[in-house]
Amino acid sequence: MPLDTAFTGQKFASVGTRPIRPDGIDKVTGRARYGADTTAPGQLVGLILRSPHAHARIKKIDISKAEKLPGVKAVLTSADLPDLTEGDKSMFDVLENCMARTTVFYEGHAVAAVAAIDAKTAKQALKLIKVDYEILPHVTDVDEAMSPKAPVLHPKMFTIGMEPRPKKASNIAKRTEYGHGDVEAGFAEADHIIKESFKTEQTHQGYIEPHACLATIGPDGQGELWVCTQGHFVYRNTCAQLLGMDVAKLKVTASEIGGGFGGKTHVWAEPVALALSRKANRPVKIVMSREEVFRASGPTSSTSIDVKIGVKNDGTITAAQAELRYQGGPYLGMWAELGAMTSFACYDLKNVKSVGYEVLVNRPKVAAYRAPSAPMAAFAVESVIDDLARKIGMDPIAFRIKNAAKQGTKSSYGPVYGPIGIGPTLEAAQNHPHMKAPLGKNQGRGMACGFWFNFGGQTCTDINIGIDGTVSLTVGTIDVGGSRAALSLVAAEELGVPYSQIKCNIADTGSLGHNDMTDGSRGTFSSSMATVFAARNAIKVLRDRAAQMMEIPVDDVVWEDGHAKAKGDSHGNLAPLSLKDIAAAAGNTGGPIAGHNEIVADGAGVSFATHICDVEVDPETGSTKVLRYTVIQDAGKAVHPTYVEGQYQGGAAQGIGWALNEEYIYGKDGRLQNAGFLDYRMPVCSDLPFIDTVILEIPNPNHPYGVRGVGETSIVPPLGAIGNAVSNAIGIRMNHAPMSPPRILKAIEGAKKH
Amino acid sequence: MSIQVSTTINGDRVDFICEADESLLDALRNRVGLTGAKEGCGTGDCGACSVSLDGRIVCSCLVLGAEAEGRGIDTIEGMSDGAILHPLQRKFLEHGALQCGICTPGFLMAAQAVLKKNPNPSEEEIRFGLAGNLCRCTGYDKIVRAVQDAALEMRGA
Repeated sequence: MPLDTAFTGQKFASVGTRPIRPDGIDKVTGRARYGADTTAPGQLVGLILRSPHAHARIKKIDISKAEKLPGVKAVLTSADLPDLTEGDKSMFDVLENCMARTTVFYEGHAVAAVAAIDAKTAKQALKLIKVDYEILPHVTDVDEAMSPKAPVLHPKMFTIGMEPRPKKASNIAKRTEYGHGDVEAGFAEADHIIKESFKTEQTHQGYIEPHACLATIGPDGQGELWVCTQGHFVYRNTCAQLLGMDVAKLKVTASEIGGGFGGKTHVWAEPVALALSRKANRPVKIVMSREEVFRASGPTSSTSIDVKIGVKNDGTITAAQAELRYQGGPYLGMWAELGAMTSFACYDLKNVKSVGYEVLVNRPKVAAYRAPSAPMAAFAVESVIDDLARKIGMDPIAFRIKNAAKQGTKSSYGPVYGPIGIGPTLEAAQNHPHMKAPLGKNQGRGMACGFWFNFGGQTCTDINIGIDGTVSLTVGTIDVGGSRAALSLVAAEELGVPYSQIKCNIADTGSLGHNDMTDGSRGTFSSSMATVFAARNAIKVLRDRAAQMMEIPVDDVVWEDGHAKAKGDSHGNLAPLSLKDIAAAAGNTGGPIAGHNEIVADGAGVSFATHICDVEVDPETGSTKVLRYTVIQDAGKAVHPTYVEGQYQGGAAQGIGWALNEEYIYGKDGRLQNAGFLDYRMPVCSDLPFIDTVILEIPNPNHPYGVRGVGETSIVPPLGAIGNAVSNAIGIRMNHAPMSPPRILKAIEGAKKH
Repeated sequence: MSIQVSTTINGDRVDFICEADESLLDALRNRVGLTGAKEGCGTGDCGACSVSLDGRIVCSCLVLGAEAEGRGIDTIEGMSDGAILHPLQRKFLEHGALQCGICTPGFLMAAQAVLKKNPNPSEEEIRFGLAGNLCRCTGYDKIVRAVQDAALEMRGA
């Protein structure tokens, strides 16, 4: 029977309340176990040797001395990780990124690994590995990498998506294009056209927990992996494929996760830990240092973007065009493509064209970072939108409202929108007291909009009723920020029992079917959908059991308020049966009571936000202080509003860090110069004000409760909002993020000279 | 070289053996089995390893295990009074002041130190008092509110 995913507009008893999360006590008492917090008998310490060069050919690796060091149990090179990817290029890239084969493509690229009885021995062993490199020319800047003079990373890289396909190899891995209409005709109709260029620097997700795992493989080909990950099922599939294991024989258990934001959707040291364990036949624990996290996990792209938008004097946008160049490190990703898809998604445009170029450079392999690629595109587009509004003398919010996408709009990336929240978030911003608050000297206000698709994907969930009527809810999506609380609320709602009667667990890969990762803001969206259906399946069983107990036809039993009730006049004197009553009798009515659901959770409703911020720029130092910040975002339905607010605030804070401070700084030698929290400065408590939130609820028509993903969109507007606020404060358009003190000072001094 | 260290941890006499160059954080986590303090950076920038050493908040990654000889250490594992949570722990839960929770032990230890010095801190004093601790999930909003609320309750008690 097809499941009815349609929103019904029901009233809620549990959903929308704010109970304490089930993993709360463990997390405030130090008991919660993260990636590095477990041990196994006989465990070894694994360490990875990394390239000091940005680009080099590996001529020879001599591990003989390291192997002879007492206490060393395994030394690993790419020879121990044969290519089993059978022509799957993207999987080969994963393999090569985990352990370089003939070439190192970035400083920090893994070249060898050791497992030893303790950290001291492992460190000594790393020093005994001799790698003979032939240093190659490198390129780290996205624009320089596109130049015909740039050193080419992959000699067989001929740009995909170009007609005709080039015969000369380059660092431009792929071209993609999105849009509709005729932009040239649109620009011809415009009264004003603004074209500007922007750059954004590379940033890191900055999760506080470094990658950590504990891996075991025995000679029988069975293995276990304890790991901090956003997707243990996906890690299982990837590791099994890379190591030639049977998927079912690798059990992956997800630890508590100390932040991910996309960075823990990709494997890094996990296949290496497993391969070391296989070689040593001992458990191997690898915990990355912070420096390794910066140099050798996956930050987001640095970018270079051109935006051109034409407008009529009445404020109608006639055409919008963007060219987006995103570097993905040394491997092909879809980062520019996501930028191209999202760039104009907030607007209702007759003529629009976005072209993305995936560019390869000698930096770490780029990974997803919260609404990956959208913040940079929004920075560029929202800046130009503000400049156009100024040009035609229109209020920036009114200008955006006039051109905002709405239900029925054909989006810039293809699909036609259903009910969406961009208009309502803009109207809420227009009416928000923040917009009317006075500003002082050197202060400026800015606002910007943001969009993210939201994902659904493969999901399954089990509900098992305990003998006492309490409920085990077993899910396969990692809880990155309170989803166990939200999903428990959904189970409580559907079963009609109190939240306290539910316990939500994250299954290991041996205990539940495949679940896609917690990415694309899908965790609560998709697992709540599966939980609703699993609960409905459990209720079917409960009604059947109750019918047996009452000795009446099952069609005469309804489920209401957590009880089976006999309906109709003929059974009027039968007392309702509680979950507890039915559970207690289960042994005599057919055995354990459960409900399952397996689903591809389609229909993740798109998400929009509008942010407002006030800044003060110190003209002496170029330093910017965020004075006030407001996030307005559509949640569809906020299942646990506290954690929805938390997502809004956390995304805004990351965006503020990106806008004002955070960046990877490379030297001419191709080496990262600030691989630590002291020099890669993320916002601290004293850098930020309270972040006000407004939750709008425009139901997602494709979810029974109207839920939309809420995790990512909040990082999309801040670069644009702060860029506009800073520009309003100093009277100069800032087109390079982060807008750090030196860049702002340079802009102010540059303007004085003219 | 291994060194024997005698300390008092969360009120209990604890002896451990560590290497001369081993951090207090590693000793706590790997020798004593107290994994509540986390290593986020190993360079004293993130505060996830915060513990109290003789009543002073420190990054345990920047203290040697051997330096704990004869001294008293308080960690997150000793913060609650048995099953009764410290008001800070309770307010962190009520306000949703944690998402992933990895920084939470460090923030609770730092917040306790802030309130010990100043039971009635302003918002700014709380923000500067907690500026040695990084949180990447929350934007600090709910953390500051939880500390304010706990301070209010503790002053009333």
